[in-house]
Amino acid sequence: MNVHEYQAKELFREYGVAVPAGELATTPAEAEAAAKKLGTPVTVVKAQVHAGGRGKGGGVKLAKSPAEALQHASDILGMTLVTHQTGPEGKLVRKVYVEAGSDISRELYLALTLDRGTEEFAIIASTEGGMDIEEVAEKTPERIHTEFIDPNVGLCGYQIKKVARALELDPPQTKKLEKFLRGLFRMYLEKDASLVEINPLVVTVDGDLLALDGKLNFDDNALFRQPDIAELRDPDEEDERERAANEIDLAYVGLDGNVGCMVNGAGLAMATLDMIAVCGGSPANFLDAGGGADKEKVKEAFKLILRDENVKAILVNIFGGIVRCDLIAEGVVAAADELSIGVPLVVRLQGTNAAEGREILAQSGLNITAAETLGEAGERVVAAAQGA
Amino acid sequence: MAILANKDTRLLVQGMGRMGQFHAKLSIEYGTQVVGGVHPGKGGTNIEGIPCFETVEEAVEKTGANASVIFVPPPGAADAILEAVDAGLDLTACITEGIPAIDMAKAKRAMLGKKTRLVGPNCPGVVVPEQCRIGIMPAQITKPGPVGVVSRSGTLTYEAVDQLSRLGIGQSTCLGIGGDPVIGTSFVDALALFEADGETEAVVMIGEIGGSAEEEAAQFVKEHMSKPVAAFIAGQNAPKGKRMGHAGAIIAGGKGAASDKMAALEAAGVAVSKSPATIGETLAKHAGLR
Repeated sequence: MNVHEYQAKELFREYGVAVPAGELATTPAEAEAAAKKLGTPVTVVKAQVHAGGRGKGGGVKLAKSPAEALQHASDILGMTLVTHQTGPEGKLVRKVYVEAGSDISRELYLALTLDRGTEEFAIIASTEGGMDIEEVAEKTPERIHTEFIDPNVGLCGYQIKKVARALELDPPQTKKLEKFLRGLFRMYLEKDASLVEINPLVVTVDGDLLALDGKLNFDDNALFRQPDIAELRDPDEEDERERAANEIDLAYVGLDGNVGCMVNGAGLAMATLDMIAVCGGSPANFLDAGGGADKEKVKEAFKLILRDENVKAILVNIFGGIVRCDLIAEGVVAAADELSIGVPLVVRLQGTNAAEGREILAQSGLNITAAETLGEAGERVVAAAQGA
Repeated sequence: MAILANKDTRLLVQGMGRMGQFHAKLSIEYGTQVVGGVHPGKGGTNIEGIPCFETVEEAVEKTGANASVIFVPPPGAADAILEAVDAGLDLTACITEGIPAIDMAKAKRAMLGKKTRLVGPNCPGVVVPEQCRIGIMPAQITKPGPVGVVSRSGTLTYEAVDQLSRLGIGQSTCLGIGGDPVIGTSFVDALALFEADGETEAVVMIGEIGGSAEEEAAQFVKEHMSKPVAAFIAGQNAPKGKRMGHAGAIIAGGKGAASDKMAALEAAGVAVSKSPATIGETLAKHAGLR
């Protein structure tokens, strides 16, 4: 789960991780008031959307007076911000963060995450802040320092010193880094974060260390024990269909083709997209109905798929392990009865109670094309989509 | 022979809730020796003929169990894994989906140097055809034979096994290693076990986007495997930056794409099936089986 920059910075503050003073605003007048209250010669008005590259897209502006902050806020609020991470459709800006300007001496990069390779936490630090870190990794990998932290030992003093050395910090700054890193690491563990990225981390002219930006992701699997974090979810930032799917415990990702699919299991769902592509078709969505798929869920899944007007045919591909094919078949019949599915339907049932499931479909009198193998299912649904 | 389990495996079920009971029953019907259950508050009772205990330690003392399958819900699942390790089981397969990553990172590190092998979490378990069913796989689609199957996905494992069985090619062991970022048994671990197993003649490996486990497997095949390997990678058509169901299945920062994994495997001499419908055929051709 993602949160906004202003929410990340609130958490940083709570853990003693230094950030510039700032205020959230949802109207230009609030932005002006915030700039006045901050009282610094320069303030920065920053669009709050879940995407990087906001500066380049015109979503971050410097203001030299509260009046200018008001002007920038009225430009930014309500704009559709397009960055390399939003996709061409962009994102509507509903909030801005007004932040005290900083006198920057150096821009650094700092991140904390769980590294899959070593299965340890990793602090990633670089002197090349304010740039795309993937680009730094490609062109000047020697400027990236990675410090691995044993999950059962935690962050050690010597590791902080190594990071400070990699960031070319002097002794007083190293002291500040220690407080910064310890706070960040404690937050990561206590709040079940999955990624913290601070780009840039700045050294000010006065020698202070400040997180100028903050990207914070949380482990979805841990939200059950992080009610405060779950509260930070911003439904406006999520794809509407993905959110609706989430609420009924389905995993859905919208794609741009015309073959809708409903599958059980993430791996088989991905393979079904691949199958459709191999057969010359183009999938409209990824949908994993999960291990608990039953009649009700199947109906909801159909509703979700049919909301996409591009869908010209639907493939139901179920390999029952936990899932019982007869329950799926009942769901398909119920959905067809209630929803008037106006596109061809191809159904493939295998595994637990598959014979019973096929019987239910055959008895239903519905116009359903059955398929035995994955290959057949792919060919038939693509043919149906192209014929329609 | 097979790997990880056989007809002598004595299995405990940790978490005798609805799921645990349902699959315990199916495993018993398949011929698996399910010797006990562990569930808080159910110690001393008997569920469907399975004696239940409060702790794994006690269950092991009383039943001589050497393996377990875990259905404990996410908040307590990592604890259940460590309890199985503490009791000195040879194998534990964790089916639970949705365990916090930090819990798994800590548990995995705490297992270092201990004898227990963990399969999963978020996996379908292990089936040794006609001998032992640990987990949730529809074992009726399996068939005894010479091919080892290892997969990061659940239902796609069934798909691969089904394709093999339809071609008349049986399996030595079918193993789902799970789709989470931190897992107990990796592709490399499974490949090493299959390479050393006298009964396994060839291996099918089913990977997916995200991480670099398939690339590491390719390296291992190149350097250490004498047996033929066929593979399929799911997610060739997945968009970047989107989590495709599994916590681990995400193409992040340009890494973890299916094309890179397929290329690495091909370069290591693995026969890669582009279509998910030809996994069985690809293996049959590559290994000269049928």
